Amino acid sequence: MLQLERIKEANRDILRLIGEVDASNSVLLDQSMQEILQQGATFLLIDGSQLAYISSAGLGVFMSYLDDFSEQGIRFAIFGLNEQVTEVFKILGLDRLIKIAPDKSTAITLGNES
Amino acid sequence: MSPKLKLSCCTSALVELRSFLQRSLEAYGFSEVDRHQVTLAVEEVCTNLIIHSHASNPKEVIYLEVKELEKKLAIEITDKGDAFNLLEYEVPDLKKVIEEKRKGGIGILLVKKIMDEIEFESKNGKNTCRLIKKFPSTFEP
Repeated sequence: MLQLERIKEANRDILRLIGEVDASNSVLLDQSMQEILQQGATFLLIDGSQLAYISSAGLGVFMSYLDDFSEQGIRFAIFGLNEQVTEVFKILGLDRLIKIAPDKSTAITLGNES
Repeated sequence: MSPKLKLSCCTSALVELRSFLQRSLEAYGFSEVDRHQVTLAVEEVCTNLIIHSHASNPKEVIYLEVKELEKKLAIEITDKGDAFNLLEYEVPDLKKVIEEKRKGGIGILLVKKIMDEIEFESKNGKNTCRLIKKFPSTFEP
């Protein structure tokens, strides 16, 4: 089960992932990201504090936007991931390609860098 | 007795697969991170089979069996049909996946990084993939 919540906060869009992302529902994550970007987001934060699990289907969605983010100057960071999920990002080295922060305020600071 | 599961070839069955694995992996002294990762690796293989070998046809099935071997655990994934030999699968370069905006292709990379050994055999139309993880050194059967 995956639930997605969108929160607009100052100049930032926050997408909260609740539950598990796998091949059955990663398309929902993709759709939400696409909608947010089409509406002109400049700073996107993923709140992963209630994300229990993510498979390559979900990781692939994030990866498919990384080039767009850097080309269009969109700031992007993920925060609040639990230990198990963080390890999955690390196995692939995604922690070096995506800004990953323990909490929202650190994510905002990281996002504003570079 | 080794835990077994018959999984229908649709992605909505992956939830059931995860809860089966979480239960089955509990007894062997693996850390929570290891259990999570082994679950992920098995799911990646099954997802590939469901989507690519069985075209998400819920009438087709995959069989799983968790077997305790000496000093290691094997998760055996069996199916019938076109073989997907992940040992022969060339793992893509991460940078290329990003450049090409591909949304797939990294699942098998995860499997290869997580598992200690991977075995594959195809005989008489039956394919068996064995994912092997060594027990933690502290574990005594």
